[in-house]
Amino acid sequence: MQVNDTQFKPLIVAFCCNWCSYAGADLAGTNRLNYPADVKIIRVPCSCRVNPMFILRAFQRGADGVILCGCHPGDCHYTSGNYFTRRRMTLLFSMLDFMGIEKERTRVEWVSAAEGAKFAKTMNEFVEAVTKLGENKRLEDLRCKK
Amino acid sequence: MQEMIDRAKELLADGTVDRVVGWRSGEFSYDITPGVFRSAEELDESFIYNDLCAPNLSKYLIKESRKEGKLLVFLKPCDTYSFNQLLKEHRILRENVYVIAVPCTGKIDVDTIKDKGIKGITSIESDGETVTIHTLYGDKTMPKAETLGDKCRTCKSKKHVVYDEIIGEDGEVNNDGARFELVEKLENMTPDERFEFWRNELSKCIRCNACRNVCPACSCENCVFDNPNSGIQQRAAVNSFEENMFHLIRSFHVAGRCTDCGECTRVCPQNIPLHLINRKYIKDINEFYGDYQAGEDAMSRAPLNAYTFDDCEPGIVYSRGGKA
Repeated sequence: MQVNDTQFKPLIVAFCCNWCSYAGADLAGTNRLNYPADVKIIRVPCSCRVNPMFILRAFQRGADGVILCGCHPGDCHYTSGNYFTRRRMTLLFSMLDFMGIEKERTRVEWVSAAEGAKFAKTMNEFVEAVTKLGENKRLEDLRCKK
Repeated sequence: MQEMIDRAKELLADGTVDRVVGWRSGEFSYDITPGVFRSAEELDESFIYNDLCAPNLSKYLIKESRKEGKLLVFLKPCDTYSFNQLLKEHRILRENVYVIAVPCTGKIDVDTIKDKGIKGITSIESDGETVTIHTLYGDKTMPKAETLGDKCRTCKSKKHVVYDEIIGEDGEVNNDGARFELVEKLENMTPDERFEFWRNELSKCIRCNACRNVCPACSCENCVFDNPNSGIQQRAAVNSFEENMFHLIRSFHVAGRCTDCGECTRVCPQNIPLHLINRKYIKDINEFYGDYQAGEDAMSRAPLNAYTFDDCEPGIVYSRGGKA
């Protein structure tokens, strides 16, 4: 098979909560479901551990899309963490949109430990959406470019 | 003004308070700065309250209220919201502060006057209706309404939410939503236009940190931007990312706590309309989680410290408002 090197490959950072989504990603792996290797997973203890700065920092360091996965609302290992995440991220994404940064580059998705298939499907969709948008130009930091 | 000075003198004389926090002239007569007055003579000499006294005194009380003795402070309606918010966050020692509420009819914004092409300003006088601007090139007069900044033009409230005593009449809360007009205008632009707008504005930022230092909601003793590992520490921004990052993070840190006092825009030496970022958060919070005015009371939970089971999903951002 010939590999087309000129094609744009996005770099996606996925923040996954330790208790649900990270296990969901694991399940996707053990089930041999395909999702793009462009997704780099960062494990966090809870989705509410993700400070808005983490998301901006990911963009700074060259991410083209950032996705945040956590337990379904009501299923949080720490009872209420993801409810706070939900409010925070709604406001942050709305602000990024207000600043004119493409809103498709950020996403929150609830993935449980049993939803390996959903994890793979979400990642495939997200990578496809970000690939269409192309490189992240609006929140890039030129100093961090190779 | 004389009424305020007289009352302050009485309270100083009977020992209720041992100092007064108010306003005095800065480098120029129209450049008003906060001041601490310790005696009746000082009050007579330099205490000022007029249509130029915009500085919000609440933030100064964080440090001032922790010193020995009780102090007297004069607060405008806007300032009382900040005061209440700081009380809620346990930043001001209430028992050390005696608050006198003073009325406000909107404060003259010198930058707005300068934007009209008026140069060489030597002093500004106001009789409440018309403003006389003395310049090196002669005098100019204009209605006061034309000299107000965006913050006062769309005043959110003339009601004092906290005070020990009041001078003059208390006003009303203004809920006509006019303060979100500019935010709505931006929301109705395309993302490209919005990006252009903010790049144009934020690229003027010189990272003087004045917005942070004046903000009553930015009262952390150790600020995230003082951390050398934050990647955006205290220095001139070297690229566009840092400008974006600084203002995004700063506004997020005060989201749900910002009382919309507009100090950030007032002090910005580059005239960046920073209050629009904060107002966007306020507008979003009102729409998503119900009307909330930070500082309105000293008890309620901030919207980002609370949740309900049926909050909207972050995906709502993809489907609502603005052009695609």
